[in-house]
Amino acid sequence: MFEYFNIVLLESYKILFLLVPVLVSVAMIVWLDRRIWAFVQKRRGPNVVGPFGLFQSLADALKYIFKEIIIPASSNKIIFILAPIVTMTLALIAWAVIPFSETHVLANINVGILYLFAVSSLGVYGIIMGGWASNSKYPFLGAIRSAAQMVSYEVSIGIIIINVLLCVGSLNLNDIVLAQKKIWFIIPLFPMFVIFFISALAETNRPPFDLPEAEAELVSGYQTEYSGMMYAMFWLGEYANILLMCAMGSILFLGGWLPPVEIFPFNLIPGALWLIFKILLLFILFALVKAIVPRYRYDQLMKLGWKIFLPFSLIWVVITASYLFYFNLLPTI
Amino acid sequence: MKIFRIFKTIFLIDFLLAFFIAIKEIFKSKKTINYPFEKGKISPRFRGEHALRRYPNGEERCIACKLCEAVCPAQAITIESTEREDGSRKTTRYDIDMMKCIYCGLCEESCPVDAIVQGPNFEFSTETREELYYNKEKLLDNGDRWENILAANIKADSFYR
Repeated sequence: MFEYFNIVLLESYKILFLLVPVLVSVAMIVWLDRRIWAFVQKRRGPNVVGPFGLFQSLADALKYIFKEIIIPASSNKIIFILAPIVTMTLALIAWAVIPFSETHVLANINVGILYLFAVSSLGVYGIIMGGWASNSKYPFLGAIRSAAQMVSYEVSIGIIIINVLLCVGSLNLNDIVLAQKKIWFIIPLFPMFVIFFISALAETNRPPFDLPEAEAELVSGYQTEYSGMMYAMFWLGEYANILLMCAMGSILFLGGWLPPVEIFPFNLIPGALWLIFKILLLFILFALVKAIVPRYRYDQLMKLGWKIFLPFSLIWVVITASYLFYFNLLPTI
Repeated sequence: MKIFRIFKTIFLIDFLLAFFIAIKEIFKSKKTINYPFEKGKISPRFRGEHALRRYPNGEERCIACKLCEAVCPAQAITIESTEREDGSRKTTRYDIDMMKCIYCGLCEESCPVDAIVQGPNFEFSTETREELYYNKEKLLDNGDRWENILAANIKADSFYR
């Protein structure tokens, strides 16, 4: 009995050790996002709360906590309350399989990438639930849009992942990272990286694909009826998802926790720092894209997803497979 | 021409150019000011919070002619007056409803003795509605507080009047 308790305690300690940094970095990343956005537009951005405005997100979180939660009278109350919880939980549980170094993984399961893919696919449920339970026009339309968009871009992300898996021969995330010891997959699979990046933008409802919350048409989409802490949870989930997509991108294409070259000054830095550095780099790209692009029209978005990305990544699967087969490079399992 | 366009689309040329422009803009100087710590320049004609001025000897300027009350398009000003022992006419009540006021500056322009003026202060938000019903004491107090700037502003603008 006591041993059992000990294991639970140890595991919860590990989980806390992962989740607290993730949540803190989500807060910091929101600040970074707003700051970069402002800098590109020659504004200053949040710079009052704390040094360089670093605590702005904490101040915002405090504000959200003290705000009243309004539940619309005609909403489906249980699902309405459940939706932000689902969104945030799904965004956070995916972090369990992200390897920060060869040994620092919460759950080193052998179907890691499949788990990641499944959890990020489930993320759409939170949005649909929120949109449907609000029982109002804008959230409903926003949720429909968001569902269609996320489903379409998941397909191409899945096929891009197949490209990487062909080169690795394993679904374990640590194996994927170790397979990039010689060369990062961004070099042989560069077009796939570009498509992955754009699909990740669509998957996380970031501009230029932020149609579900297009404020000109839909107020703010599925979040319209939410307020206070529930809104904050949606928002946390969204940014945790963005970070997760950045982490996925850096593991699949940028060599995860591997240093760029295995020589003296680089291999002293611990792997976790390399991964964080790569995630940050990808996130800065995300933030810059937000600042420079106009929003897509909905039919353009669908056309891009189904008529361009899907066929292109399918063709690339064939190319990768035949290349590996012809030169006898297929990984042995 | 069409091939060129397809080339541009496939290799995301426009996006890459925008990307470099964005990076260039990041290092340019900011166009906005750091508001609560630094403020923009305000013209001498700026129409902010009202104030009632006094003569240097401490006597109120207002002679209760009620021109401002008459000209006020929002009817925000209420004045009552009596005669003093020395026969001069002075106000007993001078109220401005700052929520009715549209900050048009007509009261300032109609005043024959430069008594009611609109100063440079625009940061007088309050937490309750009642605090925005200004009475005579409040206005005279404003006048005393801002007198230096008000006098300078009137002098700077007098050339154009």
